Amino acid sequence: MRGVPPPEIPGRRRSTATEDLLRGIWKENPTLVMLLGMCPTMAITGSVRNSIAMGVTTAFVLILSSITVSTVRNVVRHEVRVATYILIIATYVQLADILTAALIPDAHKALGAFIPLIVGNCLLLGRQEAFSSRNTVWRSALDGIGMSAGFTLGLTTVGTIREILGGGTWLGIRVLPAAFEPWVIMKLPPGGFFGFGLVLLALAWYYDLKKRRAAVQAAIATVTAPARERAPALERAR
Amino acid sequence: MIKTHVGILLSAMLVNNFTLVMFLGLCSFLGVTNKVSTAVRLGLADTFVLLITSISASILNRWVLNSAPYLRIVAFIIVIASMVQITEMAIRKWSPTLFRELGIYLPLITTNCAILALAIFQTNRGYTFGEGLTFAVGAGLGLTLALTLMASVREKLEVADVPAIARGTAIVLIIASGLSMAFMGFAGLMSGS
Amino acid sequence: MPAPSGAVTPSWKLLLTLGAAGAASGLAIVLVYTATLPRVEAYEAGITREAIGEVLHAPARSDTLWLSGGALTATRPVTEAGTVVERVYRGYDASGAATGYAIEAVGPGFSENIRLMVGYDPAKGALLGMKVLESKETPGIADSVVGPAFTRQFTGAAVPVVGARPTPKGPEPGQVVMITGATISSRAVIKAVNRTLERWEPLLARYESGLRRTAAAGDAAPRVAATATLPPARKN
Repeated sequence: MRGVPPPEIPGRRRSTATEDLLRGIWKENPTLVMLLGMCPTMAITGSVRNSIAMGVTTAFVLILSSITVSTVRNVVRHEVRVATYILIIATYVQLADILTAALIPDAHKALGAFIPLIVGNCLLLGRQEAFSSRNTVWRSALDGIGMSAGFTLGLTTVGTIREILGGGTWLGIRVLPAAFEPWVIMKLPPGGFFGFGLVLLALAWYYDLKKRRAAVQAAIATVTAPARERAPALERAR
Repeated sequence: MIKTHVGILLSAMLVNNFTLVMFLGLCSFLGVTNKVSTAVRLGLADTFVLLITSISASILNRWVLNSAPYLRIVAFIIVIASMVQITEMAIRKWSPTLFRELGIYLPLITTNCAILALAIFQTNRGYTFGEGLTFAVGAGLGLTLALTLMASVREKLEVADVPAIARGTAIVLIIASGLSMAFMGFAGLMSGS
Repeated sequence: MPAPSGAVTPSWKLLLTLGAAGAASGLAIVLVYTATLPRVEAYEAGITREAIGEVLHAPARSDTLWLSGGALTATRPVTEAGTVVERVYRGYDASGAATGYAIEAVGPGFSENIRLMVGYDPAKGALLGMKVLESKETPGIADSVVGPAFTRQFTGAAVPVVGARPTPKGPEPGQVVMITGATISSRAVIKAVNRTLERWEPLLARYESGLRRTAAAGDAAPRVAATATLPPARKN
């Protein structure tokens, strides 16, 4: 009674373990690139402390769900797989809710309803469906670790901007002189949208700059290279 | 009595707008707000699912969860997902027209965190059955309002000269920030009571 | 059994999968919940103890009085597990004389409910202190209602508490000056305090008079001392 795992996506080579781990941190960063799990990204990033607490809680749920899903992936019938994944995720979220209340009660209070709402984070179900349901336990754990690290990184980036501009502090430590009048709005809901908007703008600007620089490099290479090398260089520039 | 209901309705719709103030249901807010007509339909479908959620949560809280509150998240998510699925099947069977209009959005909404949030807030605030329904309608209208506002701005944005690097999600977020700031103005609305 | 295109899996197998997953999930949650419960309760108790100490000015000891059948009793009523029994705390000084009551109050704030602990002296009809336990008021603006500059004013304030707008002359004695920019939150705190006292005051008075009566009758340990009917908890 083995369920058949979803077919491999054709034309795609298998990734290495290192790629599985690093994918989530930069190239497919869940917050900054894939734009998954937007609700917590904006709701609880008013301070760096809360961002980290949310990142760690989500990591707990994601890594354990990935391990569990990849363990049972061959037993679970295909028709009920999504229901089972949701059940697994919800269980770990409930455990996270109970454990944070017991171990880090202050953070539990600060995050409030957003701990239960981790269930609704598209990142979790997305990773189970896209990765853990077709990969080994070891690879799924690596993927979970990478994705959680990327998610925490994304949250902390937004949290850093909001806390520094909104209160002049970083993780509670004063970084801007006391004379700086805090932009309180950055800690309020509009600041959530604006802070994350700024991060995306900066990223887009960085990629734009990189692309232009590459184009300039390519152009220089074409002009300075001997004629027989020009064609491939031009090809690369495209 | 009426005052309580009006208060809950306005609070959920404007003062604590689910999308613009509480950051709930952002996936559809950022993803499906290109056209006003789509936004309105999605909002109405949302309201419908919120009502089902509120009813399910009230029943669960009343008869099942009062002795085991620590099973809340699992129970809510499973019951809500199943209820939405069942309703979807029912609509598809009895009213294909309605299904074409709203039904296609239902799977999208089930995973929307606004749905679970409604159940949790309703429980935390100890709303009665009737108050829960009012809360669901208010939250749903608030979502519809936010989606429609965003969609109407984005329709104009199509012909605007947006800098290349801001196109896409970045400009939507910055507009949302403006809308959110406008909604902060509703805060004083409830202070009169 | 290639699921997407092949033969349909019998329903009982699907139900079995889901049932097994559900059972495992329930078991895990219940186990962790039971294991962590003492810790959570200890934390909550610690918070409550600290708040009682603050609003009653470090009493030598404090008793819990439970609300049962519309009256206060010194023994916890027998209820189903999980039901929350409303309670107040009675503080005593070193000589064993009662100093006042600590009562928890909840009221709707600017965004979410504000939870606070209030110390009350029924003999003087005045407040002993106030501490905010939980609030989600706007950070940087309205969360100043948690700060000592605001909460300190409740010590000695007459009941019902009157909120005053800040004036150059300063407040009348016994009034609480609301914070500029956080008027809604200030008003919410004052309202929560007043509503709670309005509800508990008759209960406390009957309990006290009951104590005096039993003391006069020579009974050492009064059990059920009052039979005040409880007005229904008011909602916003």
